[in-house]
Amino acid sequence: MVEFALPKNSKITGGKTWPKPAGATETREFKVYRWNPDDGKNPGIDTYHIDINDCGPMVLDGLIWIKNHIDPTLTFRRSCREGVCGSCAMNIDGQNTLACTKSMHDVKEGAVKVNPLPHQPVVKDLVPDLTNFYAQYASIEPWLKTTSPTPQKEWRQSHEDREKLDGLYECILCACCSTSCPSYWWNSDRFLGPAALLQATRWVKDSRDEATGERLDNLEDPFRLYRCHTIMNCAKACPKGLNPSEAIAELKLKLVERQI
Amino acid sequence: MSVNESHGSAKPPSMRTPLGRVRSLGSSHSGTRDFWRQRITAVAMTLLIVPVIVVVMMLLSSNQAGAAQILGSPPIAIILLLFIVASAWHMKIGMQVVIEDYIHNEKLKLASVMANNFFSVAVALASIYAILKLSSGV
Repeated sequence: MVEFALPKNSKITGGKTWPKPAGATETREFKVYRWNPDDGKNPGIDTYHIDINDCGPMVLDGLIWIKNHIDPTLTFRRSCREGVCGSCAMNIDGQNTLACTKSMHDVKEGAVKVNPLPHQPVVKDLVPDLTNFYAQYASIEPWLKTTSPTPQKEWRQSHEDREKLDGLYECILCACCSTSCPSYWWNSDRFLGPAALLQATRWVKDSRDEATGERLDNLEDPFRLYRCHTIMNCAKACPKGLNPSEAIAELKLKLVERQI
Repeated sequence: MSVNESHGSAKPPSMRTPLGRVRSLGSSHSGTRDFWRQRITAVAMTLLIVPVIVVVMMLLSSNQAGAAQILGSPPIAIILLLFIVASAWHMKIGMQVVIEDYIHNEKLKLASVMANNFFSVAVALASIYAILKLSSGV
């Protein structure tokens, strides 16, 4: 059966409360998931207080402030700090999103709760192991596939056809959608998940691609594609405002279309 | 990748590459037929549900002779038969989806899918037999 409870070694126990910063007039409480692969202990939730007058407004600013001023061992991924790279995806206040574009002031009540993306192996603290996620992306072969001789200049595409890729090409592969999907939690070994399927749609809909049928063949599977039950957590979680659920529905429609 | 491997994921479950694991046995090239049938049976049930409720209300206040008389009308019997075929089929596909979602033990999954097929066919045939028996007045 599906495992609904966390494995023993993943159960959250305890955590440290760090002292408030000296001299701060206004502070904000952060409760952050901590797990160190080297100390043999279970994960815990550490409590920090940040000086909000000395810190930027985003949750990522808060985490960086903690790392710089309180606890340099706090581990998380970040790079562009403007919602383009997708590195700082994490679960904030119960919702998967990017720490760099989520304002800590949007978390209305209580502490800002920060956890790693759900249901992925944890490498350390807020860093999930996304190996399987990336392999799934690779499996949909996200590149232009053609048989016709390569043109002298570029593969041409009409404006209308290019517009069909809007709402698909913007995906930054942050994994917020896939890790918010219950179907992905239960069957991530076989279900490709919303992110990979949105990307698959992007290539299936590309007018320049000549492998549409082959791509659909590879997706047509009760587990790879049809584990999606249009729960729509993916669309709710997407920090770029995309709708993977709709993209997946388009794939299903195309599969029906070629049979009827 | 199961939750068992969470924490200390440095050790992969096998030496197979991640892409090899994702590709696994390949695509089964199926599922679309069930997906489409699930929609067809859903639309069929939506169309049939009002007449079916009316027929059931009529049957509620009658004894066996009365029921046999009502079901003796071909359109009424056919409406009920259509509803039973659509709903049993819909039930079979829906239950299979639930089994595939939650049961990960391959042997148990196989047995459950088989039991689900047997149950759906048995329920459908028993219902069809009952309606035909009543409507033919035997």
